Amino acid sequence: MLNLVRETVVSYAFIERNFNLVKRYLSWEILFFSYSIVNALTIGLIMVGRGSSEDVLYLVIGALIWGFLSIMMREVSDAITWERWEGTIEYTFMAPIYRITHLVGSCLFAILYGLIRTGLVLAIMPFFFGEHINLGNANWLTMSVTVLISSLSFIGIGLMAAIFPLLSPEKGQAATGIIQSVLLLVSGIYYEIEVLPEWLQPISKISPATYTLRSIRAAILDNASLGSQMGNLLLLFIIGVLLIPFGFWVFHLGEKYAKRVGRLKRSG
Amino acid sequence: MSRILEGFSLVKRKGVEQPIYGLAVRGVTKHFHRNKRTNNKIHFYQKIRQIFKPEKEIVRAVDDISLAVNIGEIYGILGANGSGKSTLIRLISTLLIPDAGSIQVFGDDVVTDSLKVRRVMNRVSVEASFFKRLSSAENLIYAARLYGIPAAEAERKAKQILERLGFDANRMNEEMEHLSRGMQQKVAIARALLTTPMLLLLDEPTTGLDPKSKRDVQAFIEEIRQERNAVIVLTTHDMAEAERLCDKIAIIDKGKFIAEGTVAELTTNTPSQNGAPATLEDVFIALTGKAIEEEE
Repeated sequence: MLNLVRETVVSYAFIERNFNLVKRYLSWEILFFSYSIVNALTIGLIMVGRGSSEDVLYLVIGALIWGFLSIMMREVSDAITWERWEGTIEYTFMAPIYRITHLVGSCLFAILYGLIRTGLVLAIMPFFFGEHINLGNANWLTMSVTVLISSLSFIGIGLMAAIFPLLSPEKGQAATGIIQSVLLLVSGIYYEIEVLPEWLQPISKISPATYTLRSIRAAILDNASLGSQMGNLLLLFIIGVLLIPFGFWVFHLGEKYAKRVGRLKRSG
Repeated sequence: MSRILEGFSLVKRKGVEQPIYGLAVRGVTKHFHRNKRTNNKIHFYQKIRQIFKPEKEIVRAVDDISLAVNIGEIYGILGANGSGKSTLIRLISTLLIPDAGSIQVFGDDVVTDSLKVRRVMNRVSVEASFFKRLSSAENLIYAARLYGIPAAEAERKAKQILERLGFDANRMNEEMEHLSRGMQQKVAIARALLTTPMLLLLDEPTTGLDPKSKRDVQAFIEEIRQERNAVIVLTTHDMAEAERLCDKIAIIDKGKFIAEGTVAELTTNTPSQNGAPATLEDVFIALTGKAIEEEE
């Protein structure tokens, strides 16, 4: 029987460990943080002088959410890649914990870390874009609830993404980029999904990033209330509730395969 | 209901009391598939076929192995590199799934009751695997938390164990990558013992250590044996270490146990060399036809 209190305490081990690693690699963190700023600026500047402030903000939101998603996916798959590289994965897999505790712990760190980094980039944006970035009209409650609910789906996707580095330390990390690219293509990060070819549009309807972006854009650009986003958020919640067990099941199959053929042994 | 009696635990099944070993391995086999390599010249089309449909060969890493270890016993597995020692340890430690046979730890099956088994077991492997940029304290606290041990308790216990191993506890906050191989291995032993395991798997714990560190580790294993009623499985290719520490020894070659017994039993059955009593090394050479270093 899953002891929720114990498992929550245990999942903190992964959060603490990963923040300790962030501290030890601080100079790299600064480098990656600078990259996130440059990336958001590059995207946002496309619209400066061509469109309205709203258009600039539309793209910046896309860049920030995309940045958040990328961090999430990378950190979750990194949790496995790093352990394979250091050779600690066997010890983590030998520990008396449920796999869901292990993976949710890694995902929670990824969400926290992604939120902190994205929040900092968002805070810096007005210094570069001036009057184009006006957050005074934003509905922060709608935004926070959207991020919270969408995290469920991204945990599910993260669990699926983590299977790649489990199976191959060399190529697995890059393979998680495939999931990211599909999300980038279909979720309307920098454009409306209506511009996609018709045959691609059904895929965007099952992507949680589509609904996340829709609600966050509505919250920031139109001060949308929580009530007005209920339909969107409900869909996001349903996708999350379905994706977590599915992602866990996929990872479980990968782990079983790795234990059958002896893939855990080799470090990267 | 079970009770401990002279190294055995007895469990009542269908009204009959049956012994449970600390560790019982029965007919375990594990094989791997790997791409077949050939030194012969092959045609171009065969090369193309090899890329898309490589020919596989089966490697029997562990082949029909059975063993039983009682509580309070150190069981040694002696073999050259690639003989199957570490695969067997991985099978016991739930990191590999056996193709055939069963493994029970204190009566629990490693495949069907893996969580229960993992609660009472820990392992030290030949590579001291850690997050190298984290300190030993951070690594140990992380490992302890996975077993539900609070950070303060983990730090206190780790300090005690490390000091007994001759590790300067003041260096616990240094990054692992700054520690020598011997020191890292001592931290690995502390990581395993922090959780007070009833089954301790020591997979070549002293390989590559300097003589002083080796002696420290061996003395500590002896201490554990005296203090706790744990089951210890030690794999090694160090004959003297096996002779010093193990109550019973199995010799493994090409995935198979080719001999098992106490040191006395093994050496008595081997003809003496130049009039001197046979050593474990003589036994190994006589049984495998090679010295243990040959395959290293």
